[in-house]
Parts: sequence; C-alpha cells; structure tokens
Amino acid sequence: MDTLKAQIESPPAYNMERQSAFSISHAVAEVIKTILTYALLCIMALFVTLPIVWIIGASFNNASSLLSATFLPKNPTASHYVELFTKTKFPYWYANTFKIACINMVVSVILSMLTAYVFSRFHFVGKKAGLLSILILQMFPSFMGMMALYNILWQLNLLDTHLGLILTYAVGQIPYNTWLIKGYLSNIPKSLDEAAKLDGASNTRIFVQVIFPLSKPILTFVALSQFMAPWMDFIFPRLILSSSKKMTLAIGLYDMISSDTNNNFTTFAAGAVLVAVPITILYVCLQKYLIQGIMAGANKA
Amino acid sequence: MKKSTRAGIMSAIVWGSGQLANGQWAKAVIFFAGQLMLLFFFPSVCSGIYGLFTLGETKMVVNGSKVVMGDNSIILMIFGILWFFVAAAFLLLYIFNIRDAVKNGRLRDEGKTPLKVREWWNKVTDRSFPYLILLPTIILVFIFVVLPILFGFLIAFTNYSAPDHLPPKNLIDWVGIQNFIDMFKLPMWNDTFGGVLLWTIIWAFISTFTCFFGGLLMACLVNSRRVRFKRFWRSIYILPWAMPGMVSLLIFRNMFNGQFGPINTFLRQANIIEQNIPWLSDALMAKIVIFIVNFWLGFPYFMAMMTGVMTSIPNELLEAARIDGATAKDEFRRITLPLVLYSTAPLLIMSFAGNFNNFNVIYFLTNGNPINPSYKFAGSTDILITWIYKLTKDNRQFQMASVMSILVFVVIASISTFNFLRTRAFKEEDMMS
Repeated sequence: MDTLKAQIESPPAYNMERQSAFSISHAVAEVIKTILTYALLCIMALFVTLPIVWIIGASFNNASSLLSATFLPKNPTASHYVELFTKTKFPYWYANTFKIACINMVVSVILSMLTAYVFSRFHFVGKKAGLLSILILQMFPSFMGMMALYNILWQLNLLDTHLGLILTYAVGQIPYNTWLIKGYLSNIPKSLDEAAKLDGASNTRIFVQVIFPLSKPILTFVALSQFMAPWMDFIFPRLILSSSKKMTLAIGLYDMISSDTNNNFTTFAAGAVLVAVPITILYVCLQKYLIQGIMAGANKA
Repeated sequence: MKKSTRAGIMSAIVWGSGQLANGQWAKAVIFFAGQLMLLFFFPSVCSGIYGLFTLGETKMVVNGSKVVMGDNSIILMIFGILWFFVAAAFLLLYIFNIRDAVKNGRLRDEGKTPLKVREWWNKVTDRSFPYLILLPTIILVFIFVVLPILFGFLIAFTNYSAPDHLPPKNLIDWVGIQNFIDMFKLPMWNDTFGGVLLWTIIWAFISTFTCFFGGLLMACLVNSRRVRFKRFWRSIYILPWAMPGMVSLLIFRNMFNGQFGPINTFLRQANIIEQNIPWLSDALMAKIVIFIVNFWLGFPYFMAMMTGVMTSIPNELLEAARIDGATAKDEFRRITLPLVLYSTAPLLIMSFAGNFNNFNVIYFLTNGNPINPSYKFAGSTDILITWIYKLTKDNRQFQMASVMSILVFVVIASISTFNFLRTRAFKEEDMMS
C-alpha cells in the first residue's frame, strides 16, 4: 500500500526530468535514423545513376575506344552523334524499330482485344477448349519454335522482311495478351452490355461504345508492352532479318560493340543514349498504367 | 428403317445426301462441297501425312556440278503437321455431317419438319459471329504459334543435328526417345545438363529474392515519413526499370570489361588494386557481377509495385490502428508488410519463372562465358535458355535443344499452373465460361 502511494505521489519534478531526458535521446535517435535513411538513399541513387552518367559522359568523349571513355570528357564533342547518322545505318535501324513497334502494337492490340471480347462475352461451341489452349500456349517460352518459325517464314517468303518480324511479335503474344485482357473484361459487369442490347445496340456498337472505353487501362498496358518489345528483343530480329539496312536497333547496337577491338565504343554510347532517352521518358510518364497492368496480370494470369 | 438411321447412313456415304433427304438442300450443298474438297485434297493429305511418317526418302545427290534436290525433311515435317490438322478438320466435318443428318432425321421421325433454308440461315449468321471474329486470329496463331511449338516438340524425337543430319543436304529420321536417353545417360550431356540446371535454379532463386527484398527495402525507405521529396527519389530509382534492358546490359558489360573497363581503370588509378580484377572472365566473379547487375535492373520493378500497394492502403485503416495505440513499428509489421507481401506474392512467382528464362541478362552480360572445358557447348554462366540458344544457333544440335526446351517447359508450366491454381481467378465460377 505504501509503495503504491509513493508511486502515485512521486514528485512531479523528477518525472519531468526523466521525460525530457527521454525525449532528448529520442530526438537524437530520430536524427540519426533520418541521417541513415538519407545516406542509404544517396548511396542507392549513386549506384543507380552511375552507369547512366557514365554512358552519357562516354558518348561525348573525344576518342573512340572504351579505355578513353571517362565520366567527364576532357574535350567534349558531339561528333559521335554526327557519326552515328553519317557513318552507320543508325537512322535506318531507328526508323525500322519504330515502324515495327508501332505496327506490332496496333495489330496485336486489335487481335487480342477482339479475341478477349469474344471469349468473355459470347457463348459458343468450343469455348472451353479455346480458353484452355490459350492458357497452355501462353506458358511456352516464345522461342521454343525458333527453327520451325524460320522455316515457315522461309516457305512464306517472309524471311528478311519486317512483315515476318511483326507477325512473329504480334501473333506470338496473342495468347498471353488475350488471357490478360479477358481477365480484365470479366470484371466489367455484363449488365452494362445487356442494357445496351435491350436499347437495340448492335454487337459492334456495344464493343465500340461500352467495352472499349472501359478497358482502356489494360489496353494501354498491352499496347505499351507490345511497343517496347522490338526495342529490346534480340533473338527474333537476329533470326529473321539479315540485311543491314533492315535491322533493328537491338542488333545494330549489339554488333557495334561485339567485335573484339571495341573501337566503336563511344559511337555505341551515343546510340545507346539516343535509344534510352525517349524510351525512359515514355516509361516514366506511363508508369501508372504499367503498374496497374502488371498487378492486374498478376492476379489473373 | 427409321428416317434418322437412313439419313445418317446416307450422309456417311455421300456427304449431305442425308440432309437432302431431310429436305435441307442448302446444308446438303455445303456438306457435299466439303466431300468434293476432301477428294480434291486427298492425295495431298495422304502424301503430307506419309511425309510426316518417313521424313523423306530420297537424299540430295551431288553429281559433279549438278545438284539433284532430294526431300527436305524439315519442310516435310512442317507440312506433314499442317496436313494432319487438315485431315482432322475433315474428320470433324464428316462426323458433324452424320450427326446433323441423324438429328434432323429424328425430328422427322417425331413428325416435325427440320428448319427451312431461311430460318436455318438466320440461325447460322446469328451464331457464327464469334467464329467469324476469331477466324483470322485462329489461323495466325496456328501458323505462327501452334505449328512451331509442335514442330519444336517433335524435333526432340528425331536426329536433326550437325554435322550429319542437316537438311536439305541430308535427311533426318525419327529416333524415338533416344535423345532423352542420351541426355540422361551420356556423361558428356549429362554433366553439362546437371551443371547448367543447378546454376539456373540458383540464379533464379537468388536473383528473384535479391530484387524482391531490395525493392521492399527501397519502397519502405522512400515511403517512410522521414523522407521528403518522395517523388524525386522515386523517379531516380525507377530509371533502371524504364531504360531498355538490353542497352543497360551492354553498358554494364563494358563497365566491367576486365582490360579496358572504367571500373578497373578507376580502381587502379586510386591505387586500390594493382592487378585488374577479372570481373567477367572468372567464373565465380562473373556470377557475382551478374547478381549485382541484375539487382540494378530488377529492384525498381518491385519497388514500383510495392509503392503502388503502399499508397493504396486506405488511410482510415492506419488511423484506426493509431487510435488503438499502434506504434509506427506495429503499423508497418501488422498492416503494411502483410498487405504488400500478399499482393506481390504472385509477382514473386512470375518473376521466378521469368528469371528462369532470363535470356537477356546472361547473354548480353557474359554471353555465358567464361568457357567451361568440362561443359559441352556451354560456358560457366550459361543458364538453360542461353544454352538452348547456343545449341540451336551456334552448334545446330537441334534435337538436344528441343529436349531441353521440353524440360524447361515442364518447369515453367508447373510454376504457372501452381500460380494459376492459387489465384482468385480460378476460384471464380465464371473463369472458364
């Protein structure tokens, strides 16, 4: 009883002192934690930006070899950018890649969207078999049929043509994209199109005016990933394209530095910067859609 | 005899005749046209399927400067598969033809009249809308996806390989499961396969987990209440994800260049090292570099996803926890972390499958090198997918590449199936309908 009383009546001054001591050490801990946090953030920022800064620096270097490519160019020059356009086929590669990326995006989005729409909204014989085939087909690594594809394109006279490459990209991704879009469409209530049907709208009109606007987020994601694929892919252009004027950027840039001499390094650096800048900006601007799309895919695929 | 039985037998002999007996002349014309087409294509179907079984019989003959072309086994195989499906389609049409005749014959047995042309046409046009839309896609997917996959699968059971079985110069033959036996029995293949598979699994695990937890750490840091200018930090860390992966990899390949690379040059100039570090030419070192570079490439993806989850946690939930006396630590451990882990778990599995087949990182960074003398056609850092690529592209061991592709498919398919089965999508009734 006495101890309890003593506790309750403990002198207020003592209490205050303890509290302020506590808050000082607490504040110190806070400051240290904040400093540590920022230190870690800075280290990671350095780690992330170092290669990027280096390649930009290298592209402005005067010399052409890898050894002389320093972070801060001594005599900065833009001559490699000029060389890229005068001495290499870089402009062709850029134009080819852009063309392939755009057509691939359009073709793939239209085909996958239509397929997904039919699978999510219509009942027909063979629907289950179709869905199951799509599910299985999208599991195969895309270049499992590489050799056959080469021979098929050869038989169709599509070797060394952009059409062959576009068909490979666009059609190859249909199973995956269809599955993704179908998952999204299934979440759009069917009562919406039923209401439209009661109002006398045709299938085409329901598709254009109801389904299409509602599925824009997932379509943006599919379009973006289809647009990106040709910029990064190496395997298929190497397989299908052979003449240097028809190549895409991935092949062109790779060949530029895969020779042992490494004398083209700074030109490669300039090319890398010109490829990376627009793509990076596009990605950063559209990251909201990318994140949405990936999360949708993760919960459906 | 019942009308249905008679119509069925008639259609079984002459396509469409049963339909004619049922009084449905439009259908009869279509089915009969089908039979005429079958007769027309019959020789092609037979020779196509025959070619699929034999894979060619006459070899190419070189007589001085004159070359007499023989059979090309590859083309025979592709067209064989194609004609096989055409035959299957005809078979389906045939069965449908008989069933249709029997069905409408039964209607007549019951004293009803089958649909008249106009009614039937309206029904068909109404029902065929999905098929019409799907038709172009089905044809394209068949030619560019299904056919190559089937071909790739069948190659595993042939001897299609350099130097003695390369069309059009030579023929290839069916060898049954011999390649699978070789893969597991011949030490030369077996050792490489074991070593490469082990490294592929280690690679897939470590690369996925470093990126996942690196992303988690960075997401927590950037979203912590201590940090100001969150947008600024986030935009910096997202850069590796936004940059085209191939470009970044080629940059890293040069940075880590053992002789001329800037990293070694810098370390030498700063007197930290005297000898160049063999970043990419030593097996262990190369593997470490691969993990570091992959971390650079991969953590922003997870960071972006987790930030997305964290910002979507409703504020009321966190406030309610605070009112109940939760500290910042509790809040993180009991609310934020479980939610983030729960919604990114599928990404973790997908990312594992992706890394298992991550061609770009290995091929562009090390090209599978350094060379491993005890491996056949593979280097120390090669994973299965880059080994398959090298077998196909550089060494033309198509049959073994195909065996390996099948094994890779089995792994990837089991992971995807597992992931698919545990998702909500599957449990929804509507999923497959």
